[in-house]
This record gives sequence, structure tokens and C-alpha cells, in this order.
Amino acid sequence: MSASLTLERDLEAFVRRDEAGRGRLELLVSGARCAACIRKIETAVAGLPGVASVRLNLTTGKLAVELTGQEAHPERVVETVEGLGYRACLFDPSEAAAVQDREGRELAVALGVAGFGAGNVMMFTVPAWAGLFGQELTPATLTLMYWMAAIVATPCALFAGRPFFRSAWASLRRGKANMDVPISIGVILTLIVSFSETMLRGRHAYFDAAVTLLFLLLIGRYLDHRLRANARSAARDLLALQAPVAVRLSGEVEHGVPVAEIAVGDRLVVAPGDRVPVDGLVESGRSDIDNALITGETALAPVAVGARLHAGALNLSGRLVMTATARSEDSTVAAIARLMEAGAQTRSAYVRLADKAAAFYVPVVHTIAALTFVGGWALGLGPREALLRAAAVLIVTCPCALGLAVPAVQIAASSRLFRKGVLVKSGAALERLAEVDHVVFDKTGVLTEGRPRLIDAPAHLVAQAAPLARASRHPLARALAAQAGAGPVAADSVETAGQGVEGLIDGRRARLGRAAFVGVKDGGARETELWFGFENEVKIRFVFEDQPRADAAEAITRLRGMGLSVEVLSGDLAGPVRDVAHAVGITDWRAGLTPFDKAAIVDGLKAQGRKVLMVGDGLNDAAALAKAHASMAPGAAVDAAQNAADLVFTGEALGVVVEAITTAREARRRALENFGFSALYNLIAAPAAMAGLINPFIAALAMSGSSMVVLINAARPRLSLGR
Amino acid sequence: MNIVLFLAPASIGLGALGLLAFFWTMRSGQYDDPKGDAERILNDHLDDKPPVDPV
Repeated sequence: MSASLTLERDLEAFVRRDEAGRGRLELLVSGARCAACIRKIETAVAGLPGVASVRLNLTTGKLAVELTGQEAHPERVVETVEGLGYRACLFDPSEAAAVQDREGRELAVALGVAGFGAGNVMMFTVPAWAGLFGQELTPATLTLMYWMAAIVATPCALFAGRPFFRSAWASLRRGKANMDVPISIGVILTLIVSFSETMLRGRHAYFDAAVTLLFLLLIGRYLDHRLRANARSAARDLLALQAPVAVRLSGEVEHGVPVAEIAVGDRLVVAPGDRVPVDGLVESGRSDIDNALITGETALAPVAVGARLHAGALNLSGRLVMTATARSEDSTVAAIARLMEAGAQTRSAYVRLADKAAAFYVPVVHTIAALTFVGGWALGLGPREALLRAAAVLIVTCPCALGLAVPAVQIAASSRLFRKGVLVKSGAALERLAEVDHVVFDKTGVLTEGRPRLIDAPAHLVAQAAPLARASRHPLARALAAQAGAGPVAADSVETAGQGVEGLIDGRRARLGRAAFVGVKDGGARETELWFGFENEVKIRFVFEDQPRADAAEAITRLRGMGLSVEVLSGDLAGPVRDVAHAVGITDWRAGLTPFDKAAIVDGLKAQGRKVLMVGDGLNDAAALAKAHASMAPGAAVDAAQNAADLVFTGEALGVVVEAITTAREARRRALENFGFSALYNLIAAPAAMAGLINPFIAALAMSGSSMVVLINAARPRLSLGR
Repeated sequence: MNIVLFLAPASIGLGALGLLAFFWTMRSGQYDDPKGDAERILNDHLDDKPPVDPV
């Protein structure tokens, strides 16, 4: 914790309290991995005064703490966990409440009921199948078996089918038919026909098919839901890690508050290394501001009293006190927000693969079923037999495999990407990503690492300056310290905001900072250099550069190899953009763009029929991210960019972009293979059903068989490693 | 044949018991933290407390 925050910090706003004063607090803890971590953290936090109970969830990384009364201090909890060497940040209580997963629970219950039904109905239908093959089974026993099957299967199917019935009804009311419509009709018609057959003492009752169908479909539905829920919570964690805790001043006391609670006119403290929480004006203090995330510019901007600060800018060197001029929601420029909304709307109009299949499949299957009934009756089968065959058509062609075809593939693809550090926010994102043919990169923080790195410095000089660098929070000094590794820290160090740091190294006085501060007359005013020197000795210059990511050039080459065109759109000045574009091998670049220019260029490409993947991290990219066909943002990006992006990638390598596209394409191919298989299966099954060749045993076998093939194809390990 | 009338409800009842057990495990939060539960068993002192406030 920095020296400027030694005043009391009140984090009470992060505690949810009930009437009795008991409170609940949630922290995101990173770094905990094993049984020993659990014990250390829980024992230490439970030992604090006023803590009733504490539980660390290792799967989600959440530490839930219950507080008995007012004597418990949330900041003590954070300090205790951080003191043990883990990173801890508070969860906004409104966010924590949103974590409850109602839909997932309902699907799990439905899945459990359908599984129970599918398993138990077989006790009665397997003997009935035996009867179909001439085994000894009197008609009375067969009817008894079917009645028992009906008692088990009907309530289970009606209960487990609710998610489908609801979705089908909602879709019909909008005048459309999604995949749930044939599923619902199929299940209900199957139940009705099976009841009438049982009452008429017939041999063709499909109670097992109805409930098994729902069981298999619910597996697909549940997988799809898990994919989205996991991605959502991972994305939330990433944002929480960016710690949207603002420090509000009331009198001279500092209070930690969630950013959402800041009101216009609040006085806020921005410590060096923190982001500016909302738009505002500097009230006191001097510092350097890094606007890279907002404008894409890499040069630092010095600020003093009266200067305007934008939300999302990084405060580098000095402690600032600012007055908020906008609330959090209003701080992202309203126009950018409007552009993003427009982008999100065009995107929601995107028709997913499964829905495209459904749009084709639903009318065809229903027409065939209707024709079977009408034609069968006309050809003299009699209404009962004709209806039975029509129902058999609906049952065997019921989109079991279709319902599983896409989610099973997408969950396999997303978990593979997740292991590589890429979060996929939805299955639709993967489908869109597979279609891209043009990639637009932002420069700062995407092609480059987004932070300065020391270049061309001899190791012994770095080691000499390192003790002072370790005493400073300035990013350039940190980059220097990172280069030097662990070691001693200078004694008696004093940091002067916006100037540098002074201290004792081995008893000798030394300074590290701007040229003038260190005592160099003609050092120039470059923002990306640091000077170092002992008193009355030769001064040394360290130059820093925001360098391209290590594998950027290779990633670009691979993208080209996949037939994609690549372009750089940056808000930075032409010089640095050209240098970086040249270094990574991109010939197509544009510099000095405003957020609106970027969005307009993406729109223009769209109008030409290009499918654009936008990769960006800044507020200035957010509108373009929302408008592009697909979008990716690094984990260090601003909230707005991460919210607008379909995929978020963590880690240092840009190769994951290539990986994500390859995986998305592979997933698309697998999904299409699955569709192809389902179509083939239906081509054989539908005529067989029309000809009356299907009995309950064959229906059950064909249905589970086709679903298994689809699942196995989805889980099949990748054969060709796309390069 | 009458034995079926006894056996069938009995087996359905056993199946339903399993289903209820599944609901119970879900409600009591036993799937909330599979990783943590796997590690907790390695701790020396017995740690069989339920999770804080299962939602």
C-alpha cells in the first residue's frame, strides 16, 4: 500500500449488511492453489475481530466473509489476505449478488429429472422391446408395461421439457420458429400418440423416446449454458481485478467506494499507479498521465491544478486530488456509448448456425410429417396407422443430434481456448470469429506490450540504478527494476512527483528521474527516458520504448498465411505507428484517428462486404469493437473495451489471436460435419418412418446412436494442428 | 405376475430416492467448489463445515 494511503480507508460500501448488523463481504483472491493456502487464509481471516465465518472457494477464487458487527473492518480483511502474499480485491456487492445462477440451477434440475425418467422408463420398455422380437410377452403384459412407462415418463417429460416449451412459446409469439418448436411439438405429440396407442392396446408407444430425447437435448442445453456462465464470471473477475475502487475524500478522511457510487462534485484521490475513476478536474497535485487507453497516444501528458482528467487514464507519478465532473456511467463519452449500442444491435441481428439450420429444418420435417399423415390416409392406411407413422417421422427426425451439434463443439472449442488464456463470451462469438477475413489491430497495448521496456542498457549500469528504481512507483522506474530483478532498495528515498526519486545507495546520494532533476542541462524533454547519477558524477541515460509483443511479427505472418488481410488503426502519431507497423510487418496503417474515425472505417469495411475482426484495448476502440463482425480485447483493456469485445485474451502472446481464429474455424467445420451427419441420418430415418419400418426399439437406438456420434465428433481431439 | 406390481413401484421409489439425493447435494452446495473440496481433505483438522451461506 502506498504511503499516500496511510489515512483511514473505509471500505464499508463493499459490505452487504442485514438488519441485525451482520455483514457479508466478498473478495476475489488470486494465487491460492492448495490445501495449505486455504488453511492459511481461512485461519488468518477467521482470527480477525468480528469475523463470524470465512470460506474460500478455490474453484471461483472467491473468499466469502461473514462479519458479526460493526467492529469488523473490511480493510483489515484485505490487508490480512495481502499480507499472506495473495492478491485480493473487493467485489462490488451488486456484482456479487448477480452471480446467483438461477437458469443453470433450473437446467440442472430438469436434467436430473429427465435422467431419472430416461433411466427408469427402460425398466418397462426393455421388456416391451423383447415382445417386439417374438419373446414371450402377452398383450396384457405389454399394455401393463406401457402404462407403467407412461406413469414414469409423462410427468418427467412434462417437467423436464419446460425450458423448451417456454422458449418455443416465446418464439411462436414473435412469429418465428426456433429449434424448440419442433422439439416441443415432437414431445407432446409423441406423448399423445403413445397414450392413445396404449389405450387401444397397440404395440407402438414411444414414452421412452420422449423422455430420452429431452435428456439428450438438455445435456446440450446445459453445456451451452455452462459455457456462457463460465465466460461471464471469468470476465467479471477480470474487471474486478482492475479494482474499480475509487478513493473519496470527506474532510481529510479517505473512503474506498465503488466507482458506480461517485457523484458529481466528489473529491477523489488518485494515487500513483491508479486509474482515474471518472472524468474530472485536478484540484491539487502534479503528475504525469498516461492516456494510452483513451486516445492510443503513447506520449505522457503532464498535468497540474485545473487540468482535465479522463476516466480510464493512468496516473503515473504523483498523488492527485480531483473533483468529479461526471458520474461513472456518463464518463465514457456519450457518443462512444451510442456508437457501441448501435454496434451491439447489428450484432444481435446475427443469425446463429443452429437457428439457420432450424429455419430450414422445421418446415421440411413438419411438411413431411403432415404429408405422411395425409398421404398414408389417402393410400388406405387408415387414420390411426397414418397418424402413428407421422408421429414416428417426428420422433426419429427430432433434432437430438441437431440440438447437440453446435453446443457440444463450441464447449470443446471454448475450453481449449480457455486453457490458452482466451475467454469466449458466447457461442455466437465463435461462429462470427470463424467467418472473419480482415483483421484490424490497435497499436498501443495490442501490437505492443502497452508498457515501457528498457532498451540497450548494459547490465552493470542497470544494477547500479536498480536500488533507487525499486523505491519508486513510476512505470519507467518499475520497468528498470523489473529488468534488474530482485535486490536491495535505496535507503532514505524520497519521491518528488513528476520529477524523480532521490536516495542513498551504499551511503552515496543518488538521483533517478528527469534530466533536470538529476542535473543534466541539455537532456531534452523526452518522456520515455530516465536519467541516473550519483552526486557529482557522470549521469547515465536509460531509454525506454513501448515494444511490440514478442511474437507479434510471427502472429501477423500466420494470419496472412490463413488468407486474412491485416491493418493497423491507431490514435497515436504517425511516427510511432509506422515504426511498430514496420517492425511487425504490416504495410497497411493509419494514424491519428479519433474513436469515430475508427468506427467509421470499420463500418466502411463492412459496407464493402468484409468481415472484420477488431482487436483493441482502449476506450477509443470500444465503438469499433462493438461494430466489428467479431472483436477481441486483451485482459488489460479498459472495462468498456472488454465489455464490447466478444473474446478477451490474457497473457503476453499475440499468437492467441491466431489460435482463436483457427479454433473457431475448426469448431465451425466440426459443427457443419455434425449437421451433415444429422442430415444423412434423417435422410435414412425419415423414409423408414414413412414406410412404417420404425418400432420403439429402433427409434430409441437410432436417436441415442446419432447423439453419441455427434458428441464423439465434438470431443475428438484435433487431428491437424492448424498453422 | 403380481410380483411386478410390487417390484415396479419399489424400483421407481429407489430411483426417486436417488433423484431426491441429487437435489439435496445440489441445494447444499456440494458442486459449488469441487477443487476446494478436493484440497480440503488434505488439511489436518477436520473441516466439514458447510460453505458460508449457500445461495
